[in-house]
Amino acid sequence: MSRLELRGIAKRYGSVVALAGADLIVPSGTLLAVLGPSGCGKTTLLRCVAGFERLDAGEIVVDGRTVAGPGVHTPPERRHIVIVPQEGALFPHLSVRDNVGYGLSREERRSDRVEEVLTLVGLSGYGKRMPHHLSGGQQQRVAVARALAPRPSVILLDEPFSALDAGLRTELRRDVRAALRADEATGILVTHDQSEALSVADQVAVMRDGRVLQSGPAVDVYREPADSWVAAFVGEAVFLPAENGARPGTGGTTLSTALGPITVGEVPAGTSRLTVMVRPEQIRIAPAPVDPVVTATVVGHDFHGHDATVTLHLIDGSRITARVPGHTVPVAAGATVSVKVEGTCQAWRDG
Amino acid sequence: MVTVAVALVPVVYLGVRTAEAGWARIAEELLTVRVAWLALRTLGLAALVTAGCLVLGVGSAFLVVRTDLPARRAFAILAALPLAVPTYIAAFAWRSTLDGFEGFWAAALVLTLCSYPYVFLPVAAALNGTDPAQEEVARSLGRSAWRTFTGVTLRQIRPALTGGALLVALYVLSDFGAVSIVRTDTFTRAIFVAFDLGFDRTGALVLSSVLVMLTMLILAGETASRRRGARYAHLGGVRRVPARLNLARMRWPAVLMLVALAGLSLGVTAVSLTHRMIQGASRPGAWAEVAAAMGNSLSLSLAGAALTMLLALPLGLLSAKAPGPSTTLLDRLAYLSHALPGLVIGLSLVSFGVTLAYPLYQTTWLLALGYAALFLPLAVTAVAGAAAQAPSILDDVARSMGKGPLVVLRTVTLPLTLPGIGAGAALVFLTCMKELPATLLLRPTGTDTLATELWTHTTVAAYAAAAPYAALLVVLSSVPTWLLTARTGILTRESSK
Repeated sequence: MSRLELRGIAKRYGSVVALAGADLIVPSGTLLAVLGPSGCGKTTLLRCVAGFERLDAGEIVVDGRTVAGPGVHTPPERRHIVIVPQEGALFPHLSVRDNVGYGLSREERRSDRVEEVLTLVGLSGYGKRMPHHLSGGQQQRVAVARALAPRPSVILLDEPFSALDAGLRTELRRDVRAALRADEATGILVTHDQSEALSVADQVAVMRDGRVLQSGPAVDVYREPADSWVAAFVGEAVFLPAENGARPGTGGTTLSTALGPITVGEVPAGTSRLTVMVRPEQIRIAPAPVDPVVTATVVGHDFHGHDATVTLHLIDGSRITARVPGHTVPVAAGATVSVKVEGTCQAWRDG
Repeated sequence: MVTVAVALVPVVYLGVRTAEAGWARIAEELLTVRVAWLALRTLGLAALVTAGCLVLGVGSAFLVVRTDLPARRAFAILAALPLAVPTYIAAFAWRSTLDGFEGFWAAALVLTLCSYPYVFLPVAAALNGTDPAQEEVARSLGRSAWRTFTGVTLRQIRPALTGGALLVALYVLSDFGAVSIVRTDTFTRAIFVAFDLGFDRTGALVLSSVLVMLTMLILAGETASRRRGARYAHLGGVRRVPARLNLARMRWPAVLMLVALAGLSLGVTAVSLTHRMIQGASRPGAWAEVAAAMGNSLSLSLAGAALTMLLALPLGLLSAKAPGPSTTLLDRLAYLSHALPGLVIGLSLVSFGVTLAYPLYQTTWLLALGYAALFLPLAVTAVAGAAAQAPSILDDVARSMGKGPLVVLRTVTLPLTLPGIGAGAALVFLTCMKELPATLLLRPTGTDTLATELWTHTTVAAYAAAAPYAALLVVLSSVPTWLLTARTGILTRESSK
């Protein structure tokens, strides 16, 4: 239950720059997801926070106490920052109870803290088992319980769900989130899975090339990405060129695009050429003309179960994808439909 | 660094002493018809034995792993078991059974029968581990079964093949006991004779240098071929057990062949030892001698194993925990010394002891040093394997849970690695017990071990007196062989997969 602050942390291995001045703030008791492609530096960031790596520059501050910075390097065992690695990494020679109790003092081990955290992760009564008798999901639960047990300042989760199959992953994700919340733990979850980051975390930070490009509540990062790269990384996106015909202003500006008029939140001042980002689920398709009439030709329909994607050919020649609910009756390829964009979109200066 | 120094003392010292002799003297020793014959005979023996081992090893591995041979597990054990028979014991057994069993062909036969497991074990493991999907693809693309075997399967197992062949070739170069017992003049025997009978240390050293160069030549060839072979696909995913070939009418001939092979490689030794044991049991006072030799073997091997493990621990842990170019180099250097014949290591340590470390000469410690130089790679491999049981991520987690490095070592690293390290120590210990040439040269005067007693009795043709030592050594050697065979996985039953 602590506030964690990273100020311009940098780390290089030889000529490879892993972190190039990353800034982050994790408020007390919240879970922040660090999202980025492989090689973006997110695991290095975690290892620096844990204390396994020395910083080249910058500062790591926990509750106002600098644990890493110029001339300061608190060893990992004195940081109260616990890591849950990708593969769980339970101690294979210790029972579940001894694994969970590993970070506790002798007295704490005798208290009911071990059973308490095992209950939090849904494994009460498993204390006597050995790790190799547990399933992959159970091992991850024990790893989370082991990290929660000593009530650390910060908990670091390094892609802890990536080795599990899809159904199990969703369930474990929800349970771990609940367990962290019940313990009011501050956490960082590193992942390359955007739906995991958006669904689990209070805040999302998007990383690329050793820098944090954007951080904020999941909804903001998804709806108002800082640039087209972030937009495409956190979800599917349709990019359209637009004329800045309207006067620059705050809120509710309407731009004209190949998809008809689109409402954008904020328009950069002083430029005429803009790029508008539309999420596929914002595009509505109707067989009958709607007002104002913009038409497109259906190219294909891909069914995914819970939803479907429709590929459309616009009048200006560009090809876009719209997302429709799975129960929508497919429109035959070649048919002409009318399209309309709902909600507010994001616009940036072109280029 | 100390570890590598120990491994390198023999090589460096050998080079220095040989150079000291002066080029004229070296040329005089080397450029003789006798040395040319020695080189030819040694290399010819190595080539013949390697070829024989490849045929026997690959053939039996294929029969055991890839066909519906009856009693496959039993044959797997039988094919691995010759490793448990030190070559000098096999040579002793053959010689004490057949009159006039001497010379080049006798040596080739004994060495082949004893060494083919070096090919059998890795090839069986590789055949067992290759992905049958590649073979299935080849078959589905229209290749015949035979062309699939030569074109795909053999290529997949080539690293195992060359590795095994290398072991055999190096082993033949370094073998001393067997060639001596069947009186075949190879480099090792010539070196020993020059040193032991002629007290000609310079001559022995020069011959040793030539032997070392032959060894390095073979090693270099293998390294070059390995570089070219770095394109074998290791595909992930679930592996299936390869389909077994139906032997049909060839079934019983195959069984007969394997039985005959086992009979030659194991049966002769077993029958001969039993026969001689019965003869020797009546000899008065024999058991007291055997007990004394056993005690000496135990204490010397214990010292050797302790020193070896002490030196191997830092290197093994380092190469497992912090792999990098420097650890790879350390690793390679240690392996270089492994390829050196025990006789050469013994010889250079004798010279080292006489000239530079006289207080050590004729003590247990110089012999222990010799064992360490010989078996360091074995120990390092065991330690590195054990350290892999405690990956560094566990240390990281333990540190992040608030435990200092020493507590982590005590509560996590050591409990996980000690069993593997212990097994490695046992392996080194048993290997020390059956080592012959270095022990002969370096043992303190008057200290007889199981191996040296056997050798002494055999050289004077006292076969009955030698038998108990041979039997004890075979029993002791079967333990590491069993461990090795179990590790290749060819003994696992299908149901457990």
